[in-house]
Amino acid sequence: MAEKIKNKTVFFNPFSKNNPVIVQILGICSALSVTAKLEPAIVMGLSVIAVLAFSNVIISLIRNTIPTSIRIIVQLVVVAGLVIIVSELLKAYAYDVSLQLSVFIGLIITNCILMGRLEAFAMANRPWPSFLDGVGNGVGYTIILVIVAFFRELLGCGTLLGFQVVPNCFYQAGYVNNGLMILPPMALIVVACIIWVHRSYNKDLQEN
Amino acid sequence: MNKQSNVYTVIYIIIMVVVVGVALAFTAMSLKDRQNDNVAADKMRQIISSLRLAPQQDVKAQFAQVITDQYLVNSQGERIDGDAFAVNIANEIKKPAAERQLPVYEAHLADGSLKYIIPVYGAGLWGPIWGYVALDDDASTIYGAFFNHEGETPGLGAEITKDAFSSQFQGKQMFKNGELLPVAVVKAGQAPTNGADYVDGISGGTITSKGVSAMLADCFAPYNAFLQSIRNK
Repeated sequence: MAEKIKNKTVFFNPFSKNNPVIVQILGICSALSVTAKLEPAIVMGLSVIAVLAFSNVIISLIRNTIPTSIRIIVQLVVVAGLVIIVSELLKAYAYDVSLQLSVFIGLIITNCILMGRLEAFAMANRPWPSFLDGVGNGVGYTIILVIVAFFRELLGCGTLLGFQVVPNCFYQAGYVNNGLMILPPMALIVVACIIWVHRSYNKDLQEN
Repeated sequence: MNKQSNVYTVIYIIIMVVVVGVALAFTAMSLKDRQNDNVAADKMRQIISSLRLAPQQDVKAQFAQVITDQYLVNSQGERIDGDAFAVNIANEIKKPAAERQLPVYEAHLADGSLKYIIPVYGAGLWGPIWGYVALDDDASTIYGAFFNHEGETPGLGAEITKDAFSSQFQGKQMFKNGELLPVAVVKAGQAPTNGADYVDGISGGTITSKGVSAMLADCFAPYNAFLQSIRNK
């Protein structure tokens, strides 16, 4: 029973209380680059969930054999190998998706959330909790990405997932898309706003 | 066995590298054919898109039906031997103009009209950009254009793939007073000084827009003799 509760916390904590992006401030680099549009943000989120979950499981399975002095290298090799295999599979079986992902594949390898979870969790836990931890953190990351991309695409292009949502009469009345929203700095500001809102709801996260 | 010893570490690395290497090599080898197939189908899809046609599910059959001829020419406009579809434009572009193999695709549309499709390749902001330009049988009027990119910024440079950008090219002229003067991409509200036809670039995607402009200029120049020979027919 005790283990069950623990698994639950492992899975749900990264959604909000221990969110990798807005609490641990990891993976900000990719949060900036892929959130100009909603669609790449969702695809990136799903790929990170997959890679994070499986690399967590693999590292967890071999965690007792890894020599401490080269553990970072081993983690990196596992992540890089996994990302390449995923990308090759996509190229063969889902070519359209792989075209969309082309640049993000490299970004997944360098995503600090991956190294962070492998080092902090998978190295010390059994495969099943590690899997949950990977999926949980991936989802936590995706939630933030989708929120940021939602506002950036809506305010910057007037579209969502490529569909026009701001009605034409707005434009005729003088409304103009905010081109600044598409540029990377605005992603930082949107993330900062999310952190602000999040912390005002979660008082225990506030530093004195 | 001592897991912190050097011997263990070295053996561990060797095994890991071999296992990962074999896994990657096996994946790459076993998926190679499918991937090449997908790449070829995607190329066909892009060529068909430049003709303002919607690519169908069975793109190979559609390609075979629409594209009636494909061949290579040299910079003197003479036909040379070789497989036009297999030519890698990215490699050709690095050669001096006189040595390039220049692919040309001829298409017959449903209404019987003849179109010439010229592939183009250049550099955007982050990586390569490429496209296909379909010309009417006067070898000057652009019938349709299709552009694609590898890693331009979504919402900015990446907008060159959108119809809103590429449809601007329709009806523009590649020749002015008998001289090849490729269509330019300029900032909205401006016009090129040499009198060429032009389209509006993408705001926020200046480097990519300039890349498209330079790509059209660079890639059409070697075709000059070939296009002139069609015009003189």
